[in-house]
Amino acid sequence: MSAPRRAGVLREEPTIFEVGSRGRVGHSLPPLDVPESDFSTIPEGVRRGPIDGMPEVSEVDVVRHFVRLSRLNYAVDLGLYPLGSCTMKYNPKINEELARVEGLARAHPLQDPETAQGCLRVIWELERSLRQITGMQRFTLQPAAGAHGEMVGILMIRAHHVKSGRPRATILVPDSAHGTNPASAAMAGYKVEQVPTNAKGCIDLAALRAKMTGEVAGLMLTNPNTLGIFEEEIEGIVAAVHEKGGLVYMDGANMNALVGVARPGDMGIDVLHLNLHKTFSTPHGGGGPGSGPVGVSRTLEPYLPAPLVEESSGRMVLNEKRPDSIGRVSSFFGNFGMHVRALAYIRSLGADGLRLVAERAVLNANYIRAKLKDLYPVAFETPSLHETILSDRLLEEKGVRTLDVAKRLLDYGFHPPTIYFPLVVHGAIMIEPTETEPKAELDAFITAMRTIAHEASTDPDLVRGAPHTTPVGRLDEAEAARRPRLRYKPERDRAAS
Amino acid sequence: MRFFPQGDADVRAMLDAVGARAASDLFTSIPEKFRCKGLLDIPAAASEIELRREFGGWARRNAGAGTHAFFLGGGAYNHDIPAAVPQLLNRSEFYTSYTPYQPEISQGTLQAIFEYQSLVCLLTELDVSNASLYDGASALAEAVMVAHRVSRRPRVIVSSAVHPHYLMAVRTYTQNLDVQIDVVPFGADGRTDPAALAAALEKGAAAVVVQSPNFLGCIEDVAAASAAAKAREALTICVVTEPVSLGLLRGPGALGADVVVGEGQSFGVPLSFGGPYLGFIAARESLTRQLPGRIVGEARDAEGRRGFVLTLATREQHIRRERATSNICTNQGLLALAATIHLSLLGREGLHALAVQNHHKAAYAASRLAAVKGCRLPFSAPFFNEFVVEVQGDPGEVNRSLLKRGIVGGLALGRLYGGKERRLDRAILIAVTEMNTREEIDRLAEAVEGSL
Repeated sequence: MSAPRRAGVLREEPTIFEVGSRGRVGHSLPPLDVPESDFSTIPEGVRRGPIDGMPEVSEVDVVRHFVRLSRLNYAVDLGLYPLGSCTMKYNPKINEELARVEGLARAHPLQDPETAQGCLRVIWELERSLRQITGMQRFTLQPAAGAHGEMVGILMIRAHHVKSGRPRATILVPDSAHGTNPASAAMAGYKVEQVPTNAKGCIDLAALRAKMTGEVAGLMLTNPNTLGIFEEEIEGIVAAVHEKGGLVYMDGANMNALVGVARPGDMGIDVLHLNLHKTFSTPHGGGGPGSGPVGVSRTLEPYLPAPLVEESSGRMVLNEKRPDSIGRVSSFFGNFGMHVRALAYIRSLGADGLRLVAERAVLNANYIRAKLKDLYPVAFETPSLHETILSDRLLEEKGVRTLDVAKRLLDYGFHPPTIYFPLVVHGAIMIEPTETEPKAELDAFITAMRTIAHEASTDPDLVRGAPHTTPVGRLDEAEAARRPRLRYKPERDRAAS
Repeated sequence: MRFFPQGDADVRAMLDAVGARAASDLFTSIPEKFRCKGLLDIPAAASEIELRREFGGWARRNAGAGTHAFFLGGGAYNHDIPAAVPQLLNRSEFYTSYTPYQPEISQGTLQAIFEYQSLVCLLTELDVSNASLYDGASALAEAVMVAHRVSRRPRVIVSSAVHPHYLMAVRTYTQNLDVQIDVVPFGADGRTDPAALAAALEKGAAAVVVQSPNFLGCIEDVAAASAAAKAREALTICVVTEPVSLGLLRGPGALGADVVVGEGQSFGVPLSFGGPYLGFIAARESLTRQLPGRIVGEARDAEGRRGFVLTLATREQHIRRERATSNICTNQGLLALAATIHLSLLGREGLHALAVQNHHKAAYAASRLAAVKGCRLPFSAPFFNEFVVEVQGDPGEVNRSLLKRGIVGGLALGRLYGGKERRLDRAILIAVTEMNTREEIDRLAEAVEGSL
């Protein structure tokens, strides 16, 4: 066993397969109240008994194991989580309570709609709110995540072009885009071409015009973009795409900057996805579930996934007769529990509160920018909105890189920002504090960042060797990928293989 | 405004620091014409008291498993959720954290996913699993794309006894790829027709997709289907929408399936009107680098401590962009955790006992309904906890009549097949789990009898 490293009472936690012993159980059932059936209907070769290798633990073991594991995690409820482009805002507790209300949590997706009027009403009310917030015509709530929504959006763009004669060949994507954008376009069968970023950190309009031919199906943009900068020439961009018959897709990852302030629908956007787990406060859950509703203009409405929830003389109904629909993308209605939470959030804030979201998010980000840009120069001087992208330019000569800064932040008790993204900024440090951080928390973060910049001069090894206080040190990811161990195997089996 | 922690003096000081007079000054980069002039047309802020009233009112307008004897399945099941599951999920450290990009402060999430992957491998009897996918339907679509990529063949053979929604999702995902879906019918016994499958395979295929237990509740002959597929060098993808069955039935991997996908909702995830659920995918080791989505692997730090990291990232979109194996970014992390906790509690003995009890109860229900005048069990193939009953009457009418007696009946299958499968016009799919008592089952049989 290696030397203890953890602070306080944290200890090294074995896997669930390494605790427990034969015969321990963590579950009980009522006695069987029906006659035992004869298993003989199920062929012998298909049946199996208890599965060797499954955990054998009591409820106590299970609870302690997972509580101990939880303590190895950082979380929004512990402090600032400034991952740029991820919008790690506070997750209101009432949302969790409402999503677990029995009538909602124990309704089945295949119930007769007449017996699920309450659930359908939640979906409808959320759609209405999202339409109002974005200015889009209609929404589907089926996509389970942002990338899922992107795929839906691009499939609809394609369906529109097919209906108008031919699908066209290419989707344009700015070089600052999230990796999901080109991957989603490829899933819809499109070639992807990049549009360069100009000196202001925006889409180069002249370059866009040059690339914008009748073969381009559409442009996927993020606005504000991944540099946190609003595409000032949005009107010209949309016009350039529309003039050639293309459509504009907006990745709504950064919608937190616009809520209550500006509406994509008013800018001529044809289709966008939202991330309820970013803008609308549903928890990230350690990597999902998310929810990625997609909103469309009138042009694309016929292609929305079926079914759609609609109101008809006071009752909620399912509209499945959608001949031009791209089809279904989820087993059922998408991540309904997230819809409940997002609607609760919108109701909690009301119109006043929603506007305050963008105002405070942008103020917080600009405050960090103002306090750090002397030591971590901004990539672009253009004003930014809800996030700020700094760089490691001044630290490089001391042999300290962005990754080292990120790891050293762990020692100061903060989750690091997003790093090395967007790819167009060398050594990018992408900071998005969100509106739910108090000034004191931002000040503590700023102090930590400034201290690290100082340490880079006085003791660069301290920074390069970070983190020094976490349960494990930097893990050898290259070796992990070279010799993948992707499931638990007892030591004796390992020796054998 | 209870979610905004800045005081007036703080806001003033921060505005001064950024050189702005008011918050609106921060938005001048947005062209004037696109800035909202007034407030959105959204109701005023609501207190928690008002929210509970409003949402509680909606909740009461649903019939559900909390208030009714419940026999609806078809890809989502009413199972017991042990008290420890929601309690542990409610740990802020789990549900308010993000994708574990910084492994040093995410070991809780990473180790739990590693344990999840290990459990999925045990259940399916396959070598590798990813960190989860959105749901069963999208998991199948991803698996079909894996097979298509590996084989470069266009044809994919899908059994018509695969969940119709899953087939729809496959069609949606692959509509612009060089993929051709060939649906083979189920036979008189309720299982995929082996002759039709063999005939379809004559022309070669990337993959054969079967579901077991299938959408009609029947346990398929996965070994025969995969042997037929293998003889034609096609991959076998087996769908499992009711994974509790794997406590009593062999993992499809042991029967020759190359990829197993499915829905993990049965393990610790509430019905929640269809989501969030948990898609799972497992495969043979040779397909590891073709899998979509996140994968967690074991790693060591400089001092030799064991830890866990996201690995094999060169398959993924943030590195490979348009050449990635999938566009998927997040998974269903919290639901994978729910399943891990639930499966840990059940453990070796508990999962088997749960599966056995499900089967006994379903068998009892089947025998009760078979004895009802005007009912018959049309399929002879073995089932796990779900079976089809055919009624002499309109299934919708039967269910409406049951509802009046406090029972949510089974699934009228005609609707799910869009009226295109005439053999199922009078079919109702009944699911029975450990949640159903003998009294409820007896009441169901009596109520069905009374409705005909």
